[in-house]
Amino acid sequence: MLAPGLLWTALFCLLPILVVLAVSFATRGTYGGVLWEFSLENYRDLLHPLYGRILGQSVLLAAMTTGLCLVMGFPLAYYIARLPPRRQALWLVLIMIPFWTNFLVRTYAWIFILRTEGLLNTLLLQLHLIQAPLDLLYSNEAVLLGLVYGYLPFMVLPLYAAIERIDPALIEAAWDLYADRWSLFRLVLVPLTKPGIIAGCVLVFIPSLGAFLTPDLLGGARSMMVGNLIQHEYLVARDWPLGSALSLVMMLIVTGSIVWYLRAQAPRDGERGAG
Amino acid sequence: MNDLSIDIRALVKRHGETVAVDHVSLQIRRGEFFSLLGPSGAGKTSLLRMLAGFETPDAGEIHIDGRSMADVPPNRRPVNLVFQSYALFPHMTVAGNVAFGLEMQRVPRGEIAGRVEATLELVRLSDKRDRMPGQLSGGEQQRVALARALVNRPAVVLLDEPLAALDQQLRQQMQSELKSIQVQVGITFVCVTHHQEEALALSDRLAVMRQGRVMQVGRPEDLYERPENLFVARFVGASNEIEGVLASVEAGTGDLLPQGLAPMRGIRVSVPAGLQSGAPVVMTVRPERIRVTPGQGAEAGGNCLHGVVETMRYIGSEWQGVVRIGESVRWTIHAPNAGSGNRPVAVGAPVLLHWSPDDGVVIPLI
Repeated sequence: MLAPGLLWTALFCLLPILVVLAVSFATRGTYGGVLWEFSLENYRDLLHPLYGRILGQSVLLAAMTTGLCLVMGFPLAYYIARLPPRRQALWLVLIMIPFWTNFLVRTYAWIFILRTEGLLNTLLLQLHLIQAPLDLLYSNEAVLLGLVYGYLPFMVLPLYAAIERIDPALIEAAWDLYADRWSLFRLVLVPLTKPGIIAGCVLVFIPSLGAFLTPDLLGGARSMMVGNLIQHEYLVARDWPLGSALSLVMMLIVTGSIVWYLRAQAPRDGERGAG
Repeated sequence: MNDLSIDIRALVKRHGETVAVDHVSLQIRRGEFFSLLGPSGAGKTSLLRMLAGFETPDAGEIHIDGRSMADVPPNRRPVNLVFQSYALFPHMTVAGNVAFGLEMQRVPRGEIAGRVEATLELVRLSDKRDRMPGQLSGGEQQRVALARALVNRPAVVLLDEPLAALDQQLRQQMQSELKSIQVQVGITFVCVTHHQEEALALSDRLAVMRQGRVMQVGRPEDLYERPENLFVARFVGASNEIEGVLASVEAGTGDLLPQGLAPMRGIRVSVPAGLQSGAPVVMTVRPERIRVTPGQGAEAGGNCLHGVVETMRYIGSEWQGVVRIGESVRWTIHAPNAGSGNRPVAVGAPVLLHWSPDDGVVIPLI
């Protein structure tokens, strides 16, 4: 029973990473391509402050995306989870429908909305709310908007699953015991939906950290995230070894912080017993 | 009326097409253990949820301690609910659960600790204060749920089928415990149950409900001894019935002329005020008031009917059986276990059923 699982893991997970690992210790050929000469040069290059700055900015953007998705996703997930079952299904389908459209197309739609002669600016001008078009596109804010838009469903679905499982009597009990909305949220909903919150945050944070399409299209030249950098190294600079080293370092940072976080949570969950 | 805890006036609640609570008016006294008894769909849970504030009445009023509860949300009401599923917070300790209501009311820390401790002592759970609810037995969880309500010293504690989730033995133990705690704290308890024995054992007074209406309100003995209608007679205890017409009504007594039966002599009954000769009625007798003797010859005095034993069941403390009278009337009888498990009467044997005229309750047929 174990064998197929191991096989798939080795084939689709371990093998590509090993290839990337190998490439990261190689050197770049003169016209791109990989020369199999062992070198630590790529990792030494990464110490350059530029990379640190881009990584920092990426982490910040991904963290803000995660935070915004959480703040927006929780009320939505709560609302859906409290609907009658048939309405719940409808709402979940509505949330997933955008996935059936190509992500690139949906991101272009945002360009159409945000650009100088775009939908939003035209509307605001027509209503005489602004005198000159706003510079909306090609900014970190536009990237943030695009990321939140793209990854909100990844937050809503696990949150919905967690909230839906809460016994409604627990919410009524808190209410009966004089809790206001904020206390209900903080002392009952959050602790009981913690696994869903963690899952949602991980599912949003990781892809937003590695995103390259959204910052590329909505951020333009003004915004660069780690994803763009890696893409740039691979496809433009044709420096595969540096791109590989970048990918691996980023992967280590993300994996490391998640493992650390889960470890920090684990002992407290253990104490809860059968609860 | 200063001793009035809850005043419910013409309360109506509709769920779509069905009327869950239909013009219910009830007065519940301070410190009373009051039960709402009825089959499922009787509207008792809706009524309880309106008292707690989770449902809004379509018409009528609720006053608690003289204050109207219209537009008062659940978290501002002086009532606390013990949920049927207990609804203990699974991520908090026993003490944390009990302290929750006090913390929400911003009671000073020092006072919270003292009150939680005292309440846990009251429900005999002091040694479990740091446990998680999932580590407790059903009976213990039930007591935590009760403590979580009592600690707030509310005007009213509401209980939704409080013992339904417990097994039979624990149930009886918890019954007496619940009652003694209620007497100790002196708080008004309103309890919803479909279990008639439980309601009789616990309550100072109770209301029997059916399809959103209150059928009768009274002390347990009133409901059992003097049911005002057939529903109450049948729902609270077993009811042996004969349909007939009243005759020779005079000074509170009269004769019952049964339909389709030939009694050995006229059945004497006491007649409630307002019923005249010729009124169609049903007479009901409780099983334990009927004395069964083998044979056919009538004894002098009292009421008497012929019957044939159809079944006889030994349940230890007594024999329970069914006796057929005439063609189709069947009565349940309880015969004491007089000694060594001897069958008092044989199945198939002709028997005589005797009862006193005072034990036959006459209910008008409308």
